Amino acid sequence: MSIVLRGVSKRFDKFAALDDVSVEIPGGSLTALVGPSGGGKSTLLRVIAGLERPDSGEVEIEGVNSLDVPVQDRGVGFVFQHYAAFKHMTVWDNIAFGMSIRKRPASEIRARVDQLLKLVQLDGLGSRYPSQLSGGQRQRMALARALCIKPSVLLLDEPFGALDSNVRAELRAWLRGLHDEIHVTTVFVTHDQAEAMEIADRIVLVHRGRIEQVGTPRELYEQPANPFVMSFIGPMTAFDDAFVRPHDVDVRVEPTSSSYEAMVQRIIHLGFEVRVDLMLADGRHIWAQITRDDVEQLDLTQGQIVYVRPSREKRFAPVSRTRMLFGNTG
Amino acid sequence: MATSAAAIQVERVAVRNKAARSDSLLPAGIVTTFLSVIVLLPLAAVAARAFTGGSFWSEVFAADALASLRLSLIASLGVAVVNAVAGTLIAWVLVRDDFWGKPFLNALIDLPFALPTIVAGLTLVALYGPHSPVHINVAYTQAAVFLALLFVTLPFVVRSVQPVLMELDREMEEAAASLGAGILQTYARIIFPTILPALISGVALGFARSIGEFGSVVLISGNIPFKTEVAAVHVFGQIESGDIAGAATVSVVLLALSCAVLLALNALQRRGLRHGG
Amino acid sequence: MVAKLALRYTAFAYLAAILALPVGMIFYRSFEHGVFAAWQAVTQPDALHALWLTLLIAGIAVPMNTVFGVLCALLLVRSKMRFARILDVLVDLPFAVSPVVVGLALVLVYGRQGWFGPWLLAHDIRVIFALPGMVLATVFVSLPFVVREVVPVLRETGEDQEQAARTLGASPWQAFWRVTLPSIRWGVTYGVVLTTARALGEFGAVSVVAGHLAGVTQTLTLYVDDRFEAFDLTGAYVASVVLALLAFATLFSMNALARKEA
Repeated sequence: MSIVLRGVSKRFDKFAALDDVSVEIPGGSLTALVGPSGGGKSTLLRVIAGLERPDSGEVEIEGVNSLDVPVQDRGVGFVFQHYAAFKHMTVWDNIAFGMSIRKRPASEIRARVDQLLKLVQLDGLGSRYPSQLSGGQRQRMALARALCIKPSVLLLDEPFGALDSNVRAELRAWLRGLHDEIHVTTVFVTHDQAEAMEIADRIVLVHRGRIEQVGTPRELYEQPANPFVMSFIGPMTAFDDAFVRPHDVDVRVEPTSSSYEAMVQRIIHLGFEVRVDLMLADGRHIWAQITRDDVEQLDLTQGQIVYVRPSREKRFAPVSRTRMLFGNTG
Repeated sequence: MATSAAAIQVERVAVRNKAARSDSLLPAGIVTTFLSVIVLLPLAAVAARAFTGGSFWSEVFAADALASLRLSLIASLGVAVVNAVAGTLIAWVLVRDDFWGKPFLNALIDLPFALPTIVAGLTLVALYGPHSPVHINVAYTQAAVFLALLFVTLPFVVRSVQPVLMELDREMEEAAASLGAGILQTYARIIFPTILPALISGVALGFARSIGEFGSVVLISGNIPFKTEVAAVHVFGQIESGDIAGAATVSVVLLALSCAVLLALNALQRRGLRHGG
Repeated sequence: MVAKLALRYTAFAYLAAILALPVGMIFYRSFEHGVFAAWQAVTQPDALHALWLTLLIAGIAVPMNTVFGVLCALLLVRSKMRFARILDVLVDLPFAVSPVVVGLALVLVYGRQGWFGPWLLAHDIRVIFALPGMVLATVFVSLPFVVREVVPVLRETGEDQEQAARTLGASPWQAFWRVTLPSIRWGVTYGVVLTTARALGEFGAVSVVAGHLAGVTQTLTLYVDDRFEAFDLTGAYVASVVLALLAFATLFSMNALARKEA
């Protein structure tokens, strides 16, 4: 059940939410649409769902041109950030809604809803109302409701955005587990890159209506196509025109041939890892991430002069569009 | 540190308690006295008059009294049904549609609240009376009663449903669509149940208002006993002719009806709040 | 979309037939015989007296209900006593009472054969068929508006600001006047506007209580009725236009205030 978008553009008044976007989402994968707020990822998701109609371009779901297919008939399951629960119906009726619209026999509905209640760990709560559930429970109900109609594609729009951070972490891991069990093509939108890195098979980085890069989490981390990707996925600090991961900054007390002189501004202990803020001779600020042991070995103190150089760095040539779409090497 | 924080807490509670005690008594006294003198005392007098003299039931079942009560009741029920439909429709258009002059139209809805009832009645006579420019003359008919009640109860359902429609979560409709529901299904199963409490509230308030309506009906209906005489007009006639006992009796029935409706509404709303949603 | 337009024009048609056209008619009929005739009608001594009386009654009733309304709202929102629940229901009573019943009720208390009748007679005080009775009727019917508008505003404002003032040394009166009242001023304003509209437009209750003595105890609404019964249609229409204009002024000021508050 793969999804293909070709040349999709969408404007809202003067604002270009999507600008000539083309991407392919493989069937059965768990793909994350990531990017800063307002970048177009929610719009992209809604175009796939049929909740927005693009101004131009093609949308193919499972090889079928779906542009003129209304959302009711696309067979997509959609989960909203704020749950969109049917407040006047019980949890059970919420989940059963899609099937009752399709006029399935009562016994079939009952079996399926009970099965889903168990799957999302809400069994026993079927007769409650959404207002009586916690945020996490409501979102699991929303998920069960979307899954009930056996969608070919599952779409989630910032599904954990409205939840506490520990509930987020729990549900995110649970979603991954669910996907491993069910294997429905799943696309979810998040502005939290760590979330995407943790559970997605593939990441699509969307920024200002365009796709910056598509790839596995590892590819985006180790082979970012441009500085924006590098800064968005994972931490980054810059030496001249070289972009470096802070844990690739080598800190020594003796100078070497390619090292820069720097003064230790602050040492921040974050447990095992330590963040060291440094100022170079020309006044620029960088930071390095080293271990607790390194700090002891180097006997680092504030104000000390040290010598730093990147052990691994990235330099970006002026980037072409093809590079952005298909990744970069070196 | 801890002691001064605790000290501030204690002082806050003390201030609050003192305020509650001394502040509440005087206003409570004024409010209760005012309410009693202005509202409760006069109403008690009506009830007293109706139930002394032992003729309550014979008065109620006097033929003309009964006829007027029946007319008021049936007309009010009919109007309630029309308002339920028309009011919802108008609220929908005001919330979901956009057109030139919408703010003006929105403000116009409140006109029946602001306009004196006698003037409302006169406007209907002007357009639908003997000198009607569109040749529709409903004067002296029961249709006139119906029309007058429609005028005065117009805003109730509209203003009740409007805020609920405005607050309605569009994502619920999108969710329903993504699950396969068409427009009518979405309306019937998602939108309508959500506005139903507000709809009932508006209908009930309109009903309570219309069974006792006087000013707007009195000019156009002709007040023909047994035909177009509503309960309030009947009471007025009884006062004029000195039949105070009869007037008080019918008044008590009207009071009982509207109070029953409002109390039922109150109870329903309280239950709805507990339900959640 | 056809459905959207169908809904829109159905709504327009309904509102035109029930509301807009009838109201438009009285304006038309008023000026049908020329502006001069209309002017003559509206400047009749009885008409002017009726207008003055209407304004006078409102001028007494509205402040009374405003003071009551604010105090009552304070009680409803702040009081922990169970009494507040009962008060809540009682305040809405005037909405449930037919205007004619209000008139009857006042007659039964203050009329010649009413509960206070003999006492009033002995002290040569006239309530029914006189100004006091009309004021009482008007106060009754316009009672709930200020309360109902102030309660939600008061609830949202909370007590913190007032308590802060108290800890800073303000007396209860000072705290109320300088902190609470300003914070609820929009609720009070809306309430006053609604109360005034209701007071100016009262008909049924005043009709029973006033006695229709033209030029003495006739409000503008009673005047309209009187002119209609006397077949002086122009007089009735013109007086109605005055009242309608007052109603429009009410609507307009509500909208203007809402915009100012936002």
